[in-house]
Amino acid sequence: MLIAAVSTVVFAVAVWLLVINTPGWARVQDSFFDPETAVAAFPRVAEGFLTNLRILGYAVVGVAIFGTLLAFLRTLRGPVFFPLRTLATGYTDLFRGIPLIIVLYLVGFAIPGLLDVRIPKELLGTVALVLTYSAYVSEVIRAGIEGVHPSQRLAARALGLSHAKTLRLVVLPQAIRKQAPALMNDFVSMQKDVGLVSILGAVDAIRGAQIETAKFADFTPYVVAAVLFVLLAIPTIRLADWVTARLRRREQMGSIV
Amino acid sequence: MSAVPRTSSAVVLRTEGIHKSFGGNRVLSGVDLELAEHEVVALIGPSGSGKSTLLRCIDLLEPIDDGRILLRDVDISDPRTHLDRTRARFGVVFQQFNLFPHLTVLDNVTLASREVHRVSKAEAEQRGMELLDRIGLADKAREHPDRLSGGQQQRAAIVRAVATDPEVLLLDEITSALDPMLVGEVLALVRDLAAEGATILMATHEMAFARDVAHRVVFLDGGTIVEQGPSAEVFANPQEARTREFLARFSAG
Repeated sequence: MLIAAVSTVVFAVAVWLLVINTPGWARVQDSFFDPETAVAAFPRVAEGFLTNLRILGYAVVGVAIFGTLLAFLRTLRGPVFFPLRTLATGYTDLFRGIPLIIVLYLVGFAIPGLLDVRIPKELLGTVALVLTYSAYVSEVIRAGIEGVHPSQRLAARALGLSHAKTLRLVVLPQAIRKQAPALMNDFVSMQKDVGLVSILGAVDAIRGAQIETAKFADFTPYVVAAVLFVLLAIPTIRLADWVTARLRRREQMGSIV
Repeated sequence: MSAVPRTSSAVVLRTEGIHKSFGGNRVLSGVDLELAEHEVVALIGPSGSGKSTLLRCIDLLEPIDDGRILLRDVDISDPRTHLDRTRARFGVVFQQFNLFPHLTVLDNVTLASREVHRVSKAEAEQRGMELLDRIGLADKAREHPDRLSGGQQQRAAIVRAVATDPEVLLLDEITSALDPMLVGEVLALVRDLAAEGATILMATHEMAFARDVAHRVVFLDGGTIVEQGPSAEVFANPQEARTREFLARFSAG
């Protein structure tokens, strides 16, 4: 307790010496941490943040569906499914390799050009996120599916469950549970990457902050947006830690060391 | 075949010349087996003799290379057989229990009723609770399998297999993974099921149990049936040298 307190004080002094005591601090404080600008910019940034949340909501559902489908295709065995399997493998390789920002450009500008219709930027951003994150998530789920012991599948088939029901009721629930920490990690990083839809022109928190920044000639609105993103991430991060710890406890149950 | 089954009732299951290889490894080479209604047959034999493979082939979990499997005179090894529907007519219990760890004990027991046999959830759970109550696990119904001892898990697995009233029960060395102290409770349950008239084909290393409970014993070695007959006779007076050798090893230690 005492050690923690002393250590905290020492750390605070170090921060003060190294950051606040620097010659440019007053200038930085004024253009990044200005309370008045923060208050003035908050409504637009917060409103934009609601757009982020909405996109995140749809994207999570999309990733869950598309990612699981991809994982399922990759686990199919037998020569009949070779084309589907290869396609799914190629897809995940491709989309894990392309930077998200390029996917956003491609989807955001190529699809409307291709179809020659006006599509809401939010929708295009959601599609780009789903395309990219499904590739990551499908790999995590696939690893989970392959981690479920074959005897589980055998027991399910022996009961007369079909292949699809075995997957849905027996294999996937165990795969997802096992991979919960990794999935949560992907979720946390998707929460932030939702902000990238601003480059398409969707008015989200970051775009809102950009507009406010231009108005006040002050970067504080970006900091406001950053705080909102952090506030969103913290509960998920804590939840991920908790889930991981719980899984570890369960796995270690029954053994003494 | 010299041995006569206990009753003259109908043959439920018959295998004719089953052959099965894994790669170049021949596991079953021509197995002919019959199982009558309410009959309990023990499959004995050394490890690797093909007991487990035979059970898996019968449950259509492994395709056979040659031969036929007849369930109530219908060839279920025909490629046109509806696999899931046929498997649902068997109850299988595995050596390693293979309960589903993400489901409660009750959900394990009722899963097939609900998802395969289309029994309503309420009805399936009522029946599941009755069965769990019978084996003294009613208070564990809402627990997950990892809270149960090995013997309890295996009894729950047996209840899962019988919950859908299968026509044949296939037991694959169900006590081999258990502590010696826990074997008794599992065998007692099988004994009860046999007494109630279940039709059982069991691979086992429990010779005393096989002698007591099985009507007939089938000695499998090297993928073929070496000897079979009423259990009392086979154990007391084995005809084949290989059977004698095998049984001698067991009684010796």
